[in-house]
Amino acid sequence: MKYVLLFVETEEFADEMAALGASERERAHARVNEWFASHADKLRGGSRLKSPDTATTVRLDRGDPVIVDGPFVEGKEVVSGYLEIEVADLDEALRVVKTWPGCPVVEIRPIEFEAM
Amino acid sequence: MNDVVAAELACAVREHAGRLAASLVRVTGDFATAEDLVQDAVLSALRHWPTEGIPEHPDAWLFTVARRRGLDSLRRDANYRAKLAQLEWPVQPEPDERLRLIFTCCHPALPREAQIALTLRVVCGMTTAQIGRAFLVPETTMAQRITRAKRKIAEAGIPYRIPADDELSARLTEVLAVIYLLFNEGYLGTAEQVHSRDLVDDAEWLASLLYTLMPTEPEAAGLLALIRLHRARAAARFDEDGRFVLLPQQDRSLWDSAAIADATRILTRAAKQRQPGPYQLQAAIIACHAEAESWEHTDWEQIVLLYDMLLHLAPSPVTRLNRTIALRYLSGAHAAMTELDTLAGELDRFHLYHATRADLLRELGRFEEARASDGRALELTANPAEQELLQRRIANTP
Repeated sequence: MKYVLLFVETEEFADEMAALGASERERAHARVNEWFASHADKLRGGSRLKSPDTATTVRLDRGDPVIVDGPFVEGKEVVSGYLEIEVADLDEALRVVKTWPGCPVVEIRPIEFEAM
Repeated sequence: MNDVVAAELACAVREHAGRLAASLVRVTGDFATAEDLVQDAVLSALRHWPTEGIPEHPDAWLFTVARRRGLDSLRRDANYRAKLAQLEWPVQPEPDERLRLIFTCCHPALPREAQIALTLRVVCGMTTAQIGRAFLVPETTMAQRITRAKRKIAEAGIPYRIPADDELSARLTEVLAVIYLLFNEGYLGTAEQVHSRDLVDDAEWLASLLYTLMPTEPEAAGLLALIRLHRARAAARFDEDGRFVLLPQQDRSLWDSAAIADATRILTRAAKQRQPGPYQLQAAIIACHAEAESWEHTDWEQIVLLYDMLLHLAPSPVTRLNRTIALRYLSGAHAAMTELDTLAGELDRFHLYHATRADLLRELGRFEEARASDGRALELTANPAEQELLQRRIANTP
């Protein structure tokens, strides 16, 4: 089954990252790289996103399209990236996610069908 | 339908519905459809058996109905029909089939309420209407909860299997929590006991099934012992007018000493594995009470020690409150009050905190404060038996 992992960052996490020294930051990156390497056979692509203050939201359900600055939900928890994975079932997806060394929240969403 | 027939019916359904569901899921690979067919067969049994009697082979009867329903209703799904058509009774049983069923129903990706509802329906063969009545929830709401959970199992890819060794202990904790909640709901619940199914029966049955299927898991044994030790003393919990009787005043000759001995044996065997857990420790505390010949002979030192171990493994303010009660008999009311004061903030909305406080205040001769604390407890409980007891206490406090 295919799932998309939505990575969610919190303000706390962002503050913690900002406070890290150069060598600590390097170690954190190394842990993330290691995670990517050890799950490479299940990863099908994805991206790290720029910060939510760069987002633009378009609402199409109010007559003419309305263009608004910012993400569609304003909150302390923001989506910071996504990955598509292919695994046997939800338990395997959970195993992959449980070892994620980065941001503190991950949503697992099954893919209904692929757009392209 | 009288109570005896209703109880027999519930037993027959419970014994066979889950097995049938497990077999159908295995053969067809479709959890939701298999479960629907079994539910249909159960509803049909509840219509026919009260008048026609329980058939000699209830399992074959349920199987035949489920299979016929499946062949009728699934005309469009040739693949499913073909699998179903080949099925013969008895379906070759696999020993751990129902365990898979339980682990799927109690998957942590499902909300707790859905885990409970699904377990009752799929494993125990309860109808949606019965579950709704037991939890004071409208049948339509319960039906939605179950439908949503089954959809999530299918669409989110929740697997139908026993978890791998490295996840087993966390997943077992989830299953035990579901059974324990079910037991508590039935034992302490505010719902009236007029259903055709008793949740306490279902909880004990599930705990016993789990213990049979996972005999080397000490916490499964602990939960079964815990439930049986409670039930063994149930006859003394209410007086002939249906009023609550607290432990110190209970007539211990009404306790089922054979059942207590049985449960204690299960617990002792589990303890030999030296993997203490919250259910074993809670059961051990109750065993201390159950084995004491009178309130005065209770081994309070041992009970306080067990509470300390329990708090170490599973810290909780309610457990600290219970330890306070034991501490009162070991070290006196003053020591207990000092402990209790540390819980004031966390348990201010919990009626038993205030009831315990009232009891200590009475012993310390602070009657006015005792009445006020009992009054606060009265405001916070919706349980009629507890309300009655508190009112009596307030009236009898000088």
